[in-house]
Amino acid sequence: MVATWLIIVIIAVVLFIAYIYNSLIRLRIRVKNAWAQIDVQLKRRYDLIPNLISTVKGYMKHEKSVLEEVTKARTSLMSGSKEKKAKASNQITDALKSIFAVAESYPDLKANENFMMLQEELSGTESKISYSRQFYNDSVMAYNEALQVFPKNLFAKMFGFKHEDFFGTEEKEKKNVKVEF
Amino acid sequence: MGIYEEIASNKRRSYLLIFFFLVFVIFLGLMIGLFYGNLYFGVILALIIGTIYFLISYYGGASAILTMTKAKEAKKPEYAHLINTVEGLSIAAGLSKPPKVYVIKDTALNAFATGRDPEHSAVTVTTGLLDKLNRMELEGVIAHEISHIKNFDIRVMMLAAVMVGLTVLLSDFLLRSFLWGRGGSRNKENNQMTFVLIIVGLILAILSPLIGEAIKLAISRKREYLADASGALLSRHPKGLADALRKIKADPDPLVDHANKATAHLFISTPFRKSKKSFMKKLFSTHPPIEERIARLEKM
Repeated sequence: MVATWLIIVIIAVVLFIAYIYNSLIRLRIRVKNAWAQIDVQLKRRYDLIPNLISTVKGYMKHEKSVLEEVTKARTSLMSGSKEKKAKASNQITDALKSIFAVAESYPDLKANENFMMLQEELSGTESKISYSRQFYNDSVMAYNEALQVFPKNLFAKMFGFKHEDFFGTEEKEKKNVKVEF
Repeated sequence: MGIYEEIASNKRRSYLLIFFFLVFVIFLGLMIGLFYGNLYFGVILALIIGTIYFLISYYGGASAILTMTKAKEAKKPEYAHLINTVEGLSIAAGLSKPPKVYVIKDTALNAFATGRDPEHSAVTVTTGLLDKLNRMELEGVIAHEISHIKNFDIRVMMLAAVMVGLTVLLSDFLLRSFLWGRGGSRNKENNQMTFVLIIVGLILAILSPLIGEAIKLAISRKREYLADASGALLSRHPKGLADALRKIKADPDPLVDHANKATAHLFISTPFRKSKKSFMKKLFSTHPPIEERIARLEKM
């Protein structure tokens, strides 16, 4: 009689622990997945840039420095740690902003269909990068939170689950952008 | 209320309504069973019919609506910005793949989402909406629609529609049983009790379809608030949707020509001409009043 109850209790405990473990695993996988998604968007931007540079070069013959900035930032984008990638990504965003700002004074370039398509695609990709970062941070938040609440926190340590880092923004980006006319 | 609280509250309330609905349907089934002297009869009947009904609308639903409204698939480069917006927001929502994008050529401002789950979903907007809204406002609307998909609202509403159908069927059945004579074993004694039961049953049979419809619409309204809040969380910019709703409200012609009662609840704003809102109109409205939606968004 006692033996049956004991077995039931043990099974219940095992199932409970399995449930906790699985939920933590799922949250961690979501974080990894979310990071991969950021990479997908970064790669897309990486691939679009050469097209942009060749379209723009013909028109903006005297704007060498702006074009160089983008090329430099682009090379450091696809390799390195998470922090390095984040930094490179922000650099590219700034460099692209400069290119599009400078392009405003070249009406022929602005009317070029390829340029317009690239402008929309790059702007769309910038948004997607932000959204994938947002989703990544949301996933990290859910995961880190799960690691800290009771009773999951007891098991988290036992199974070796560690906290993940948020994808931060540079201080520069956080300051409000002033638009001057 | 903050965004997270708003989301949790709306989810809770819609689940409560569905639970209440289920109880109501089972109660109807029991009434029938009581009448026929076999309690299980009614409930089992309800369950079988309900399952068949649900499966039909579940698998057939989305394509029918898209055809009815004459929506055409959106392609680049003509609708590049719209497609990019949808893809971006589905990334933010963590959807495994972005919904298909469709466009309706109509000057009215409206949008809707369809699809039984995120894998088979679609977002549709009118060309009027694309012309009149700016980027932040369009984002707000798309975020709202994607939230409907993410929260499985289409599935929830299908469930509710099935329950309404069941309510209608069961109460009809009950009514006929009263009018056309009784079946099963009857308790000859206690005539007064039976009489009272008949009256109660009759009232229920007549009112149930209305009650069922009212409950379904209450669920619909809660899910609209939920989509507003979830959408605000996706775009991180409640003002976008609030501004869009203002423009939609000011639009003199919200009527999308091919909308009808069956598809009304899917649109972001009721697609029928606005008239004075009496209590009955409010009770049977698929969407909450726009002013209230704007107010909640601005408080987030």
